[in-house]
Amino acid sequence: MKEQTEHLGFEGLSLAEIQQINAELRHYEDKTAVSIEALKIIQKHRRWVSNQCLVAVAELLDMSPAQLEGVATFYNLIYRQPVGKTVIHYCNSVSCWMLGSDQVQERLCQHLNVEVGEMTEDGEYTILPIVCLGACDHAPVVMVGTELKLDITVNAVNEILGR
Amino acid sequence: MEKMDKPLTKNIRPDRAFATLADYESTGGYQGLRKAVTELQPKEVQQCVKDAGLRGRGGAGFNTGLKWSLVPSDDLSQTRYLIANADEMEPGTFKDRMLLEQDPHQLIEGMIIAAYAIQANVAYIFLRGEYHLAASRLKNALKEAQSKGYLGEHVLDSSFNLEIHLHTSAGRYICGEETALINALEGKRANPRTKPPFAVVSGLWGKPTVVNNVETLCNIPHILQHGVEWYQSLGRGVDKGTKLFGASGRVKHPGLWELPMGTPIREIIEEHAGGMQDGFELRGFLPGGASTDFLLPEHLDVVMDYEAVAKAGSRMGTGAIIVLDDLTCPVQMVLNLEQFFAQESCGWCTPCREGLPWTVTLLQDIIGGHGRIEDLDTLAGLTRMLGPGNTFCALAPGAMEPLQSALKYFREDFERYIVGNNAIMETV
Repeated sequence: MKEQTEHLGFEGLSLAEIQQINAELRHYEDKTAVSIEALKIIQKHRRWVSNQCLVAVAELLDMSPAQLEGVATFYNLIYRQPVGKTVIHYCNSVSCWMLGSDQVQERLCQHLNVEVGEMTEDGEYTILPIVCLGACDHAPVVMVGTELKLDITVNAVNEILGR
Repeated sequence: MEKMDKPLTKNIRPDRAFATLADYESTGGYQGLRKAVTELQPKEVQQCVKDAGLRGRGGAGFNTGLKWSLVPSDDLSQTRYLIANADEMEPGTFKDRMLLEQDPHQLIEGMIIAAYAIQANVAYIFLRGEYHLAASRLKNALKEAQSKGYLGEHVLDSSFNLEIHLHTSAGRYICGEETALINALEGKRANPRTKPPFAVVSGLWGKPTVVNNVETLCNIPHILQHGVEWYQSLGRGVDKGTKLFGASGRVKHPGLWELPMGTPIREIIEEHAGGMQDGFELRGFLPGGASTDFLLPEHLDVVMDYEAVAKAGSRMGTGAIIVLDDLTCPVQMVLNLEQFFAQESCGWCTPCREGLPWTVTLLQDIIGGHGRIEDLDTLAGLTRMLGPGNTFCALAPGAMEPLQSALKYFREDFERYIVGNNAIMETV
């Protein structure tokens, strides 16, 4: 099996990843259209997209690595650097900003002892900014992993992290 | 009894639970679709929506039926596509999320009718990647619709076939722009395309493509079910139907309400949102999201109609009001907005790529105490250089709207930073 994947040039991708990417192909006219979904599938398995994975996905989709890198670096939710097990996205757009997102971000960083964009030492968390999460009536809001946390107060930070 | 005056939100419950297929059907769901595919020709569906006067709810306000009628109909064997624009990312806007999460079948029915009207056999929901709950509810609802024969081959035993695929994006504001969205769906960087050709003629993979906003599509089933006259009777002013209006910022009860088009802004802010929080005064507001011009308390009696808000010097946009209170600095608020636009610029055309970071730098200098009075002229110049006609798409012109109106209405706030700075320099 290993020899075969090496021969195909997808070394580094698991069978599950390749199968999930191929399943997406059925929904589109061509392979390129799957690129964003494919990168997200890689992230589901590995949290981030390494150079090796990027090259492998490019070959799987008949794209040049440069073309796929152009896509990967364009989108906010594709990570080209390692991130923690849970990514905490704090909204810093206008309504959340007015209601204290700067303070929420400061408290998050303080609490986890990291700067924005860094991973905690134990590999659990990365804090990143995000644009408007579409819950402005409950500002400020934070997304912990895939879960939206509403009406965040500075004091609620410990609570939302569950520690 | 169905709440006829609030068609879009009649199934929305306060507990954020969602309407199941059975819930949706019990209030008349999929009746509009049944009528469309069993009684009407595609052209008649187009005409019905055009006559109703439904205008695009994503911000641009183009007549929806008219947009559909621009799809070439001479060669029916040609592939066409319908796309639901569910890439809600306009700061301050939170209307589509509610529709997607709490009544997914309403969108799906609207899409099936729209696809029938333009004779598209493949449709996509372009959903922003952060809307995880919406994604899982939509996936489930699509399966349900398929199993009940509303979707798939022979929709309600007719000769019409339709597949709907859910595409979850990976986050960029520019994806909300129609042609950038199409590039994103093709797996490319989401740069906007040159227009013409317009997407209705040459869009996804070069085929005729209609892109409609979620809220727009959610109106369609009701127009088909209850008719043009009923729909027109819903508006209070010039424009027809209802719309989701929101308010955020330091109001007592931030929220989202389905109200008739033509509702005065005062009613939204003072009654529905309960007015300002104690200790705060209303200083101004953005009537329709981050990319609309500031209006002042003196504009509170303007009604939420496309032309009325335009006449007051702004845009109805997404109908999401962002309230500026008297203790928030308008210059810092504009900086926050411009940082957003500078970050989200796709970088494709020069005025936007270079002009927005320059705008941010100037604002930071002013706020940081290094501003000069000439900087205000430079900022005013930028609002013209980045304005309509000079860029590939509407991102930069939209970014300039809050800035140009802030310079007009809150000039003394800008000057205070600069004069204060000069005073400090003189004492040194």
